[in-house]
Amino acid sequence: MDFQPNALGYWGEFGGRFVPETLMSPIEELTGAYFAVRDDADFQTEFLNLLQDFSGRPTPLFYAKRLSEKLGGAKIYLKREDLSHTGSHKINNAVGQILLARRMGKKRIIAETGAGQHGVATATVCALFGLECVVYMGDEDMRRQALNVFRMRLLGAEVRGVGAGAKTLKDAINEALRDWVTNVDSTYYLLGSALGPHPYPLMVRDFQSVIGREARRQILEKENRLPDVLVACVGGGSNSIGLFHPFLVDEIVRMIGVEAGGKGNNLGEHAARFNKAGGGRIGVLQGTKSYLLQNDDGQIALTHSISAGLDYASVGPEHAFLQSIGRVEYAMATDDEALAAFQTLSETEGIIPALESSHGIAHAVKIAPEMSPDEIMIVNLSGRGDKDVNQVQEMIDGTPSS
Amino acid sequence: MNRIDEKFKQLESEKRGGFIPFIVAGDPNLAATKNLILLLAESGASVIELGVPFSDPVADGVTIQAAAERALRNRIGVTDVLETVKEVRVEGCETPIILFSYFNPILQFGLEKFASAMKTVGADGVLITDLVPEEAEDFRRILAEKDLALIMLAAPTSSDERLKKICDKASGFVYAVSRAGVTGARNEMSNEAENLVKRLRTFTDLPIAVGFGISTAAQIEEVCKYADAAVVGSAIVKEIERSIELVDVIENVRKFVENLSPN
Ligand SMILES: Cc1ncc(COP(=O)(O)O)c(C=O)c1O
Repeated sequence: MDFQPNALGYWGEFGGRFVPETLMSPIEELTGAYFAVRDDADFQTEFLNLLQDFSGRPTPLFYAKRLSEKLGGAKIYLKREDLSHTGSHKINNAVGQILLARRMGKKRIIAETGAGQHGVATATVCALFGLECVVYMGDEDMRRQALNVFRMRLLGAEVRGVGAGAKTLKDAINEALRDWVTNVDSTYYLLGSALGPHPYPLMVRDFQSVIGREARRQILEKENRLPDVLVACVGGGSNSIGLFHPFLVDEIVRMIGVEAGGKGNNLGEHAARFNKAGGGRIGVLQGTKSYLLQNDDGQIALTHSISAGLDYASVGPEHAFLQSIGRVEYAMATDDEALAAFQTLSETEGIIPALESSHGIAHAVKIAPEMSPDEIMIVNLSGRGDKDVNQVQEMIDGTPSS
Repeated sequence: MNRIDEKFKQLESEKRGGFIPFIVAGDPNLAATKNLILLLAESGASVIELGVPFSDPVADGVTIQAAAERALRNRIGVTDVLETVKEVRVEGCETPIILFSYFNPILQFGLEKFASAMKTVGADGVLITDLVPEEAEDFRRILAEKDLALIMLAAPTSSDERLKKICDKASGFVYAVSRAGVTGARNEMSNEAENLVKRLRTFTDLPIAVGFGISTAAQIEEVCKYADAAVVGSAIVKEIERSIELVDVIENVRKFVENLSPN
């Protein structure tokens, strides 16, 4: 199995293109341009050089000794995406796509953002190349990730608030799609996760796979063997697929994606799309067929997570496929568990993780004690927590926060 | 022959352009929708487009987004929309009705079940905003077995190759999107629309309706010089929105539509 989508962008029954016809020409143009650079050595060299010199790759694979000892089980390594320029893995994809946009001659870049990390990454690469940048962000996310809003503005981007729906990531994507459909000729839509119509899920996965390729090389260097378990949080699914993908062929490596369990199991209280009891069912949203949180009428449900980056009603189609064939397992971490993990990692390792990444850590906290000290786990530390410190302070100090 | 084909035959023989109004089911409530359909039929609508509200209408501008939100506050779903069609048929309305939807609500209802229900209640066709020809074959086949139309959208950005694919899947009529963008009333019609209609004619003999941005009688007249029908959506929905505060939504919309209808 090579885990490539077919020509229409399907992994099994998941993926495809469900968009207004107006977008099909730009999407076909994008697909052609992407497949032209995918195997182009010059492009790939340019991409890797920029990741190295601008973003600081490779990121370290760090042995979390005190955390491992505290949990008393598996040997835990952290893939330090938090040390990337701009503070998360999102920069990998932004660098890849901006190089593509430049080759396509696009001058205006639009993006959506949830936690603001993808928005910051996009604003950053636009500043780097002197391109116009507009970022759509839900009003609720602007509130809880105010620091990132300011960062984007410093970087010269225009941040447009979105007041529809739950005012979070899904609503920002809707608005970005509306902008794209209106400005098809001039505009490049720099989508931030392994979501949306083909070729985005493939392209974003390819650009993020640098994470897993490095981690695979690094663990072989350090331990002279493959890891037993990989763990990563799953919002749209980009940091997780980026870590997992280069290991998919290694059948002995177990993989666990961690979704946001939020504050309860009812529809609207979480963002765990694979949680069937919680309302996750196959459907079509924002260009792709995948698992969705929805009501019986096929209306998309509101979601909740403490972390803006995981607070989304759908999940990348390749994850839906990997789940359906049983290759990747999906688990949940609740708001409270993530918050506890946020503090645990800060105290034991001197690393303040992003709230998104804290969901991955929370799952490690759950399963590591059941593993033996000669088993190896890699957790993707997708981002750093600076952006979340204010929000967490409010929660720890007991100030009301929604 | 279904009602849509018959209607376009009739328009052709009378050498008239068609008028296709759009409203969102359940906006402001289902009783009003039923009366609005009857009113539109009476006021010379050639075909009525009935929108199924969706939580994430990416192809729509603010006016239709707001209408969908109003309808969803009433928890209007596919079943209610079908029920409304049934009721107006019982009242004797014979104007062709097509359902205008995003794909997910229909997918969740079940494609086969939806087609059967359409047939039972007397809906004539369906248009899915986010279903491009590459994804449309299953649904097309299911609908065709029941002589129900699948109206396909074509855009000014569509290549000739795509227009051919679109026309191959389409039945009833082809909906030509007048310009790149979301739905919403505009003061000026783009000249892209005429060009698109001309290109479409080389791929199909189906009637062609133009929509997106049409809001005045003058625009309808203009469009009908080169196309077979004009769709008016946001302008009517806006009128409904404006009338909600007033005593009589139906009467207000009647006045508005009477000024629009070319016949
Ligand atoms: C640090 C971090 N991790 C994870 C995510 C979730 O996205 P994805 O699942 O695409 O990695 C985000 C999204 O904003 C993020 O900022």
